[in-house]
Amino acid sequence: MTRAIGIPWPVALTLLAALALAIVPIPETLRPARPEWLALVLIYWAMAFPTRVGILTAFVAGLLLDTLMGQLLGQNAIALAVIIYIVLQIHPRLRVYPVWQQMMVVAILVALYKLLALWPQGITGFPPDRITYWAPVITSALLWPLIFFLLRDVRRRWLLHLT
Amino acid sequence: MALDHRVNELQFVRSTLATVTYPLQVAVDAPVRAVSRVFESFTRREDLITENRILRSENAELRARQLRFEALQQENDRLRALLNTAQQAEERVEIAKLLAVDLDPFRQQIVLNKGRADDVYAGQPVINADGVIGQVLSTRLTSSVALLISDPSHALPVLSARTGLRGLVVGTGNPQRLEMRHVPLQEDVEPGDLLLTSGLGGRFPADYPVARVTSVERPQGQPFLSIQAEPLAALDRSREVLLLWTEGIMPGIAPLELDEDAEARPGAFTPEPEPDDNAPATP
Repeated sequence: MTRAIGIPWPVALTLLAALALAIVPIPETLRPARPEWLALVLIYWAMAFPTRVGILTAFVAGLLLDTLMGQLLGQNAIALAVIIYIVLQIHPRLRVYPVWQQMMVVAILVALYKLLALWPQGITGFPPDRITYWAPVITSALLWPLIFFLLRDVRRRWLLHLT
Repeated sequence: MALDHRVNELQFVRSTLATVTYPLQVAVDAPVRAVSRVFESFTRREDLITENRILRSENAELRARQLRFEALQQENDRLRALLNTAQQAEERVEIAKLLAVDLDPFRQQIVLNKGRADDVYAGQPVINADGVIGQVLSTRLTSSVALLISDPSHALPVLSARTGLRGLVVGTGNPQRLEMRHVPLQEDVEPGDLLLTSGLGGRFPADYPVARVTSVERPQGQPFLSIQAEPLAALDRSREVLLLWTEGIMPGIAPLELDEDAEARPGAFTPEPEPDDNAPATP
């Protein structure tokens, strides 16, 4: 397999948008349920362009998310790198799944992501003690069809020539 | 990750990354600010006139009080000089705006629009007109992150205005609730007591209002009282805060108090939520 390099600009732009959505102010009561935008966008692009968007991209994007959120450096970076690794392993299967089945896989991936992020939080002494910590698993899965069709349109319009 | 938690070496990496991500925060903040500005420009003229009138009279009143305050300050300094004690430090105050961005929902942090370029330093007290808000956690070139007093990792040395009892106020993670820890059962604490900063940590100047005690319980078989307090400043609702430059009170230097080790912990920030400190000395 030849390795294509370089992240196309629409991919970079959507990743930036996902980072921005992660810190957009929303009402206090909804805040714990904020979907993991960055994880969703990364999952889609890793599935679409497994040779271009990979673990390194996920790690760097995760580091930026860490600084934006004021969390421990590397907390999101490592968790995202792990789930993108899994996506890279299963991407041929993931691509042909119907959307509802993809939603379930996304739910599992996001749950794993939250679990990995929970670990350093517990070690450093700030374990979130509420069940709402897991709310993003559901909201992210529910938003997956939106992300999927939106990013598929982006890909078909500008990136059809790429693999 | 472990490095970031244990040592401060990564502070440079973090602040560099943060300077890179700052434009993104501004980009998120801008539309929110623009919308509120549009709403402002649609307020009715009469409303503005009324507001102006109220502010004017309030300003006059405050100025009159300020006159008296200055006279009192001078008198206080004179008396202190007579008693050979330390003079109270002059303080510089500047307004900082909050950026409208959300951080980790399980931590209590805010982003301010002043940074190293404006002489902001880590550990700097952040207050507003009602009381203490928190302290600066890390600085970047043009912005900084502040930790609220309601964060579970924040502890603040206070004293009760009514009795002079000293103690520690610890955050709970809920912006409307604080806890006063390690107060022995026999102490006199009542709901409604005002808690002021005691200045013992060396970080916050003394006598700024922090919280009001809301409930006091005497749990059976426990060595300490369980005291709940409510912060006086609206921690989760203020859009503007005041940064305080405290000259003369250097961070990290224990103040000269005739007090043993109790609560003379340098700085209010502890990595562990559980302070390892003993009960405050009885008065």
